[in-house]
Amino acid sequence: MADAALPAGAAGRSAGAETPLRRAWRKLRRNRAALIGGTIVLVFVLMAVLAPLLPLADPLKSNFLAIRKPPSALHWFGTDELGRDQVSRLFFGAQASLLAGIVSVLIALGVGVPVGLAAGWYGGWVDAVISRITEALLACPFLILAIALAAVLGPSLTNAMIAIGLSAVPIFIRLVRGQVISVKTEDFVEGARAVGVRDSVILFRHVAPNTLPPIVVQSTLFMAQAIILEAALSFLGLGQQPPSPSWGQMLNVAKNFMEQAPWMSVAPGAAIFLAVLGFNLLGDGLRDALDPKES
Amino acid sequence: MLALIGRRVLIAIPTLSLVSLFVFALQRALPGDPFLVIAGEERDPEVIARLREIYRMDDPIVVQFFAWLGQVVQGDFGRSLRTGEPVLNLILQKLPVTIQLATASIIIAIGIGIPAGILAARRKGTMIDYSTSALALSGLSIPNFWLGIMLILLFSVELKLLPPSGYESIFSNPWGAIERLIMPAFVLGGGLAAFIMRHTRSAMLEVLRSDYIRTARAKGLDERKVVNKHALANALVPIITLSTLLFGELLAGAVLTEQIFTIPGFGKLIVDAVFNRDYGVVQGVVLCTAIGFIFMNLVADVLYVLVNPRLRTA
Repeated sequence: MADAALPAGAAGRSAGAETPLRRAWRKLRRNRAALIGGTIVLVFVLMAVLAPLLPLADPLKSNFLAIRKPPSALHWFGTDELGRDQVSRLFFGAQASLLAGIVSVLIALGVGVPVGLAAGWYGGWVDAVISRITEALLACPFLILAIALAAVLGPSLTNAMIAIGLSAVPIFIRLVRGQVISVKTEDFVEGARAVGVRDSVILFRHVAPNTLPPIVVQSTLFMAQAIILEAALSFLGLGQQPPSPSWGQMLNVAKNFMEQAPWMSVAPGAAIFLAVLGFNLLGDGLRDALDPKES
Repeated sequence: MLALIGRRVLIAIPTLSLVSLFVFALQRALPGDPFLVIAGEERDPEVIARLREIYRMDDPIVVQFFAWLGQVVQGDFGRSLRTGEPVLNLILQKLPVTIQLATASIIIAIGIGIPAGILAARRKGTMIDYSTSALALSGLSIPNFWLGIMLILLFSVELKLLPPSGYESIFSNPWGAIERLIMPAFVLGGGLAAFIMRHTRSAMLEVLRSDYIRTARAKGLDERKVVNKHALANALVPIITLSTLLFGELLAGAVLTEQIFTIPGFGKLIVDAVFNRDYGVVQGVVLCTAIGFIFMNLVADVLYVLVNPRLRTA
C-alpha cells in the first residue's frame, strides 16, 4: 500500500538499496569464522545463564570423600583439592568471566566515549589536556596498570572489573576522538552547521552514531582481552576470591597440584582459551562486516 | 633529525609529569597502613612515627608530591618499605633476569612471526594462509599462564625433559640457563609471534599490491628476489611502530610468565610488592615501566623516520 503511493523510481530504489546495517549483517552471516566465533560466545553465555538452572553439583560445597578425583563418568572433568566438581565450577566460573568482560567494557565505554567525544569535538585545549592524560595512561602496560589499580582497590572480582575497565578507558578515548575528528569535517556536518543546527544536536545525532561501528568492533575485541585480564588477575590472586569460582582462580589453585592432579588445570584454561577465541573471531568478523571498503 | 628528537622529547615531558602524578596518587591510595606491617608485631608507636616522618606522611599532599618528584629526578625512586633497600637497586637487580627472558622471547617471536607472516601473505587464500592465520589467532587467544602450566605438565611432569622452574644467568651457566629458558621464552614469545605474524602478513599484502612490485615482476625478476629484496624491506617499516606495543606486551607477559616459572625478575617483583603492600616498590616499578615505554616510543618514532625517507622532510 505504501509502495503504491511512492513514485515508481523511489519504490524501486527503496527495494534495491541496502542499509549499512543490513549489509553488515549479510556479510557477517557469510563469514564462517565469525559464525564459529558467535556460536562459541553463545555457548558460553548459555553456560553462564543456565548454570543455576542445570542439575549441577554445588560449586562451593566441599566433598572430602572425593578430593582430587580424576575425570570419571560421575565427574567429567574430575574434582578439585576440596572435592568440588570441576564441571559445576566451570559453569559458574563462566558467570564471573563474562560478567567481568561485560562490566569492564561498560566502564571503558561509559568513561571513554563521552571523553573521546569531547576531545574530538571541542579540540583546542580540551583535546590537548585529554590527549596528554590518555598518553600518560597508555604509557603503562595494560596488565601492570590493572595490577596496580587492583592493588589499590583491593582484591575482589568487582575491583578487578573496575581496574580492567579503567585501564581500557584510554583506548576508547583515542578511538572515539579519532573518529570524531574525521567525521566532523564531513560535508553533512558542515551542512547541518550551515542550516543552523545546534552543536549538541550535531554531536549526538549526527557525529556520535558514525563512531559506532569501530566502537562495536573494539568492544567485542576488548571483551576477549577483559576475559584474559580477569583470569590473569584472579590467577595472581587479585580477582575473584575463593571459594567463589572463576576460571583464573581455578588455575591459580590448580598450579599447586600439577603433579598430583593435572586435570585440574586443563578445563579452566581451555575454557578461557575458547571464550577468548570466540570473541576474537567474532570481533574480526564484525570488523570486516562493518568495513565499507570490504566487498 | 635532531629537531625531531628534540620535539619528541619535549612532547614526552608533560606525559612523564602526568605519569609521575598518577603513580604518586596511586601509591597514596593503596589500602591499609603499610607502616603497621613494617613496624612488626609490637607496632611500636615511636617506630611508626619515625617512619611517617621519613616518608613525610604528615606533610600536605602537594609537599609530599614535590619532595618525591625531586628525589625521582635525581634517580632516587625511594626505598622498599620491607627491606629498606633502594627501589632502583631492586629494579636493577631484577632487570637482567627479565631482559634475558625478554631477549629469548623476542628471538622466538621474530623467528616465527616474520617468516610465517611472509609465507601467509605469499600464499594468500591457500591452506597455508588459513592454517598460519588460525594458528596466530589461537596464539593470541591462549592465556600464556595456562600455556605455561600445560608445558610444565608435558615437558617437566610427564616427559621430565626440562626443569619446571628457576633461573640461571646465561653468562654463568649457559646450558642451565637455556634449559630453564626454553619453556618461559616460548610462552612469552608465542603470543608475540602471533601478533607479529598478523601484522607482517597484512603489511606484506599491502606492499605486494603496490605498483613497484608489479614493475619488478613485469621485468621478470625472480619472485624470491621480489619478496626478499623489494617487498620485505618496505613491509617491515610499519612493524617498527609495533615495537612499543611489543615492549608493553613483553613486560605484561613477563609478570605472569615469571610467576608460573618462579623466575625472580621484574614481573615477580611487582606482584610480590603488591601482596606485601610495599608502596615504594610498586610505585618505582610502575614509574620505571612508564619511563621505559615512553623511551621506546621515542626510539620507535626516530627509527620510523630514519627508515622512511619521505618523513624526513615532513
